[in-house]
Formats: sequence, C-alpha cells, structure tokens
Amino acid sequence: MAKNSLSVAVPIATTRQNRRRMTPSRREAAWGFVFVAPWVIGLLLFTMGPLIASLVLSFTDFNLVRPEATRFIGLDNYVQMAGDPLVLQGLVVTARFAIIAIPVTMIASLGVALLVNSPLLFGRSAFRTLFYMPIQIPLVASTLVWIGFLNPETGWLNGLLGLVGIQGPDWTNNATWVYPALTLIGLWGIGNFMLINLAGLQSVPTELYEAARIDGAGPWSMFRRITIPLMSPILLYNLVISLITTFQYFTQAYVLTNGRGDPNNATLFINLDLFREAFANNHMGYASAIGWLLFVIVLALTLVLFLIARKRVYYAGGEA
Amino acid sequence: MTARADTRRLPGFSDRGPVSRSFRRFLGRASLTLFAVMILSAFLLPLLAMVTASLEDAGQRTTPGAPIYPASPATGTYQGETFEIYAVPIDGTTRTLMLVKKGRLESTFIDPADTTQAPIVWQGAWRTLQQSWVFDPKLNNFTTVWSQLSFPRLLFNTAAVAVLSTLGAVSSSALVAYGFARFRFPIKNILFVILIATIILPFQVTLIPTYAVFTKLGWNGTWLPLVVPHFFANAFNVFLLRQYFLSIPRDLDEAATIDGASPFRILRSVILPLSIPAITAVSLFHFFFSWNDFFLPLLYLAGKPELQTLPIAIQQYNALYVSQPTLIQAAALMTMAVPVVVFFLAQRAFMRGVVITGVEK
Repeated sequence: MAKNSLSVAVPIATTRQNRRRMTPSRREAAWGFVFVAPWVIGLLLFTMGPLIASLVLSFTDFNLVRPEATRFIGLDNYVQMAGDPLVLQGLVVTARFAIIAIPVTMIASLGVALLVNSPLLFGRSAFRTLFYMPIQIPLVASTLVWIGFLNPETGWLNGLLGLVGIQGPDWTNNATWVYPALTLIGLWGIGNFMLINLAGLQSVPTELYEAARIDGAGPWSMFRRITIPLMSPILLYNLVISLITTFQYFTQAYVLTNGRGDPNNATLFINLDLFREAFANNHMGYASAIGWLLFVIVLALTLVLFLIARKRVYYAGGEA
Repeated sequence: MTARADTRRLPGFSDRGPVSRSFRRFLGRASLTLFAVMILSAFLLPLLAMVTASLEDAGQRTTPGAPIYPASPATGTYQGETFEIYAVPIDGTTRTLMLVKKGRLESTFIDPADTTQAPIVWQGAWRTLQQSWVFDPKLNNFTTVWSQLSFPRLLFNTAAVAVLSTLGAVSSSALVAYGFARFRFPIKNILFVILIATIILPFQVTLIPTYAVFTKLGWNGTWLPLVVPHFFANAFNVFLLRQYFLSIPRDLDEAATIDGASPFRILRSVILPLSIPAITAVSLFHFFFSWNDFFLPLLYLAGKPELQTLPIAIQQYNALYVSQPTLIQAAALMTMAVPVVVFFLAQRAFMRGVVITGVEK
C-alpha cells in the first residue's frame, strides 16, 4: 500500500515543487516575516521605541503631572546623578549584595546539583523536585515566610541558634546582617540554576571520568579538571543571568521594608531608588537616566564576563 | 539523561568479598541520603515555621514557655469553672494539676484526673510553674485573611490576568518560534540575535516611556498593561519553542505541504500537536510568572483594590498587619498554595522546560 501511494505522490510532488521554484525563496521569506511579525512589532512598540524614548527623556525634566512643560536640559540629569548620594547608595547596596549573593547562589546551586546527580543517592528525583520547588513560591510570599523565620524574637532561626548558645542578630533590621538575610531568601531561587547545572553534569561524557580514574585521579582532581572545565559555559550562563537579576532586584527589598529601603538605606537597591524617583517623586526624566545607567552597567559587566570567558570557558566544539 | 558520571564512588574501598562490599555500598548510599535529607530539611525549614505560625493564636509566640507547635493552654473544669493546668513539683515528682486558687506565696490545686480528691495546697509562687499546653491547631487565621482580603476576588483577578497573558504569550510565541524554526528569510539571523539580546535588557530602561504611554492611553488602573504586551511574544518562550520545533522532522511538514496544507495549517495540525510538552512548559512558566509578578501590578494596580492581584494585596496586607505574624504567615501560605500544588502536579513539564532554555542554546 505504501508503495502504491508513493508512486502516485511523486509526480504531484514534482509539479508542486516546480511551481514553488518559480517564487521560491520569496514566498518562504514572506511566510517567515508573517510569523515573526508579532515579535517584531512588539520589539518596536515595547522595546526599541521605549528604549530610544527613555534615552531622549533622560535629557529632559519630563514628568507626568505636567508633561507639556518638559524642557530639554542636556546632560543635567547625568551630572546630578554623579553627585546624588542615593544613586551612589543604590549602586553600593546592589554591588554589596551581588558580591555576597552571587557566589553563594552559584556554589549552592552547583553543590545541590552534584548532590542530586549522585547515583548513590536514594530517591534522587524526589530530592530534585523538592530542592527546585521553592522557586515556584511567589516572591512576596517567600519573602514574608523568611521575614517570619528570621524574626529576632519569634523566628525559628534565632531560636535554633539560641539552643547552641549563639545570640542571633536582628537579621532584617541590621544594616550588615540584612545582606546575608537577603542571600538566604535568595537561596530559595536556586531551582533553575540547579537544574541547568544538573543537565550540564549529565552531559559530561562518562568516558572522561573512567579514563581519569584509570590514570589514578581522585574525585577532587576529576571535579577540578573535568567537571568544572566542561561545565564552564553553563556556569557562565548562570553567572550572566544572576548578574542581570541582581541589578533588577526589587520585590524582596520592597516587601522587607514596604519600599522604605530600611535600615538606614541598606536595602535601597538601585532599582528601588529608580522606582521612587519615577513614581513617588515624579522625576521621570531623571529616572530614565538612572535606567540607562543601569543598562550600561549590565551591558558592560556582561561584555566583561564574555571577554574573560573567551580565555577561561571551554567549548567542546574547539573554539576558545 | 544518557551518560551519568559516577563521581562519588571512591577508589580505595577494599574488597573483602561481595557481601561486605555491597553492605559498604549500601552504608555509603544511606549516609549520603541522610546528608541530603539534612540539607533539604534545613532548606525547607522556613516552610514548616510558616505552617506552624499560621495555625497558632496571635499571642502564643510571645508567651514564655509556650511550645513551638500550635497549642493552647491545657485546661480542666472544677465545679463548673475552667482552670489552667500546670506542672507542679511535689515531693520530688512532678504532677500536672489544675490551678484553682492563685496566691503569691501558696496556691491551691486540684487533680484534673480526679476532682473529688481534696485540694492540694502548694507552697511557692505559681508564676514560676510550667504551664501545660495541648496541641491545638487553629484555622481562624485563614478565615480572617480570607474575609479581610476578599480572597475569592483576589484569586479570580490573579487567575484572570494570568490566563489572559498566558494565552497571548503562548500563541504569539508559537507563531514566532515557528517562523524562526522553519523559514529562511533575510536578516533572520540578525533578528534572532536581537531576540536573544533582549534577555539582558533590564526592564527599567524601557519602563518610564511605557508607563507614560499606558497612562496616556488610560490603561493605568486596568489589566491591559499586564496582558497586552504579552501578545507580542518574548525571548524565553520563543527560544524554548523554537528549540522544540527544530527537533520535529521536517519530513512531516513537507508531507503536509505536498498535501496542500498552508503554513498556518501545518503549524496547527502538525507542529503544535507534536509539541504538547513544550507548549505545556511554556504555558506553566508564563502562567506562574504572571501569577507571581509583583512589580507591574504594584505599578498599575496599587490603587485599585477591586482589580488587584494576590502578590500586591498580600504585600499591602503585610504593611498593615506587620505586628500580627500569624495572620501574615497564613496569608503567605494561601498565596503560595496554587503555584505549589500545580508545580507538584506538573513537575516533569516544568523541570524539562528549564533545561531546554538553559542548556541547549
């Protein structure tokens, strides 16, 4: 039966193909544009347009109360920003948090991935599911849970520390301890990184480990000389993504202090400062300038990471 | 999922015969699993603290001597009145007795097991005694939050916004992903690079003009800013779907083309039915991205209680009732219930989708 239908289908196919060949790539290209059109339109309307508009606004004193009175003020916003202690504070807070949280998150997600990848572990898939699960909890809810857990009087963490004789700090109201506290909250977000690391670990060819074992390599040197190099593109991806999310850090800081940036502006992340300038102080031109500052910083850091990666990251294809 | 590296089998385990070796291996596995259980317990401990707090009376946590589980003071009745029960040290043993008459220097107790016995007079300050508690979880925090927050409305709002924006995101992303996966056209590669580049674009840099335009259009205070932009696809969804579409053999579309099917028809009848796992993953991701989103609802709906979504309502509730942790923990539990339950039901689709976007780039 299959042969029968094939013998009928072939001539039809050739005629069709002939017809298509007359308007060959054009027709295909037209369909391609039709299908990607929604995204291209969205890109122009919601990304490129606003991107350029916010650059223009950053040179004005635009606000929404009196948009008609908008004046072009040149670089004034950028000059003001350079001397604005709150913008500086926002950058310092964000950097301080990034320096603690990003390494902790990277190491924790790799550690948990190694753990739940081990063939020796009973119930691996249950562990994977449970370590992944907290990322599903709405950030507002998980932050509230942690606020309760970290409460110096009634929270369990200080209660447990008290059992072993340690007087726990006032995690969320102390300008130093608030960063470890936010890092702890962030640990509930390792799920995606963990799964990506896990897939990376599983893609390392087993033969490499076997060869290394025959050569007498121990687990640590196999980890350092096989796992880490082969995982480096994935670790770089995770690093870039966590950098971007850190510069967009907002919800946890906002929920913690209801947007006040307490204690003593220690949680005034740059994004929170931008939000307040734009929507509380109605300095929208100025906030656009802060937005562009953020964009440039993220872009620069990403480029630096990729430049470092060109030397350090191993790609299986051979290109360095 | 193919080759798994057995990195943890340590060399140097001496072979003393098969029984001993397999027992050692079992012991190794058991201790590793125990270690994992300990890490996991610490990781999820705040959830237990949340559940516990949400079942407690407001005052329990600040009462000295109260247990960490939800409990009420143990009581008994004597001559028609209710009295609290304490642990009383008498003659070297400790008895649990009902305190019927409080006094500064001596107090009178009754044995709750047998109230016909003579009252026991105990010398000492009753305030130094340990009160007895009984396990007593209460649901009134949940009912309070449910009614104070008009929870059914919040659930409806959150679900409605999430469903609408998911419909838009998935349908538009499927079209765009199909375009990138199956057609050759000029500047396709440039467009794809731009698509990926939008991932690193911080949303703050486009925020203010977008907000200004939406406000100008009268969309501020409506669901439109949370829904409409998603009808124009986004990089993560397109990327995930494109990867999946690329894995579908082209022979199938070609066969359909030969049968005279249009590209739209091929997408609908060939590609999409074969991509159910990817479509499911994208839908779930987007649904809960929307369900959990805080920033945009805060921006556009903060002043509209009747249109608000859960995260923003819960945040405002926290700001109001910050001194009542039991209510807040109950509210947090209610906010996470739907995402967490759905996650457990659909965990495979979720976790597979993460891997597609993260690794196969």
